[in-house]
Amino acid sequence: MARPRPEPMQVVKQRRDAALTALVEGVPYIRFLNIHFDRRGDELTGVLNFDEKLIGNPFLPALHGGVTAAFLEVTAVITLSWEHLFPRIESGEIGAEDILTDENIRFPKTIDFTVDYLRSGLPRDAYARAFINRAGRRYASVRVEAWQDNHARLFAQGTGHFLMPQARAGQS
Amino acid sequence: MVDKTVLARQFIEAIPHAKALGLELTHIGEGEAEISMPYNEQLIGDPRTGVIHGGAVSAMLDTCCGAAVMSHPSAPGGTATIDLRIDYMRAATPGQSIHTRATCYHITRNVAFVRATATDEDTDRPVATASGAFTVEGA
Repeated sequence: MARPRPEPMQVVKQRRDAALTALVEGVPYIRFLNIHFDRRGDELTGVLNFDEKLIGNPFLPALHGGVTAAFLEVTAVITLSWEHLFPRIESGEIGAEDILTDENIRFPKTIDFTVDYLRSGLPRDAYARAFINRAGRRYASVRVEAWQDNHARLFAQGTGHFLMPQARAGQS
Repeated sequence: MVDKTVLARQFIEAIPHAKALGLELTHIGEGEAEISMPYNEQLIGDPRTGVIHGGAVSAMLDTCCGAAVMSHPSAPGGTATIDLRIDYMRAATPGQSIHTRATCYHITRNVAFVRATATDEDTDRPVATASGAFTVEGA
């Protein structure tokens, strides 16, 4: 039983990166906050690029708590969407173009989100990674952590619940 | 008291991120605050429908809660968020501005407890609600 020859690395990378870019760049608010995602295989890290407009306390200065909350939530939704769509991206069933235009591809909706502020966010880049506690048919629970200089010293963490997209009636 | 209200308004309006979101403080005092945010295409979370991203609503609710704490008669000065929970009830209607109202309903020497609601023009059906704990910092 000969196994099929693996795809060339460039093909795999190109497909995954194009899909991820479509997922992220299609959302105006993610561009507004200037968040992008680093990918290693299927693992994503959100990167919040520092800008003066993200400041919430000009005297310290510190990142706005709302920016921190939004960064954690964006990382949670993108990671959840990515994991949800990944098998179909890999099989070639959906491509970058479909993510932007296909009405049938829908995304998880936030039900609730709780943020724990552990230390003040410094005026520099921040990173976040989401962990899916459970992704059921209808609901998902996701934990996110965010850090700056030192991954072991989180400045915020969050937990959220999401409503997973439901297949429409008559659709398999 | 009047001074503190003026100070709080100036403080909110001096926040770079509040300015970036276009937040406008419409009421403040006695532990209550109201903020409104005009519809802005840069804040869209779902490009197919034009619905504002939940994160922008969170940032608004957080700012509003902080303002409510600072305006409380027992609050000596600044504040920072300890924790904040947001519940999303529905998508805000595209094209409409969003309004938030926060109440600091209890305050101790160290902690302030706040809740807030966000609505669009349909004020009977909340878009989101928030509840959180904030620090109470010395003047």
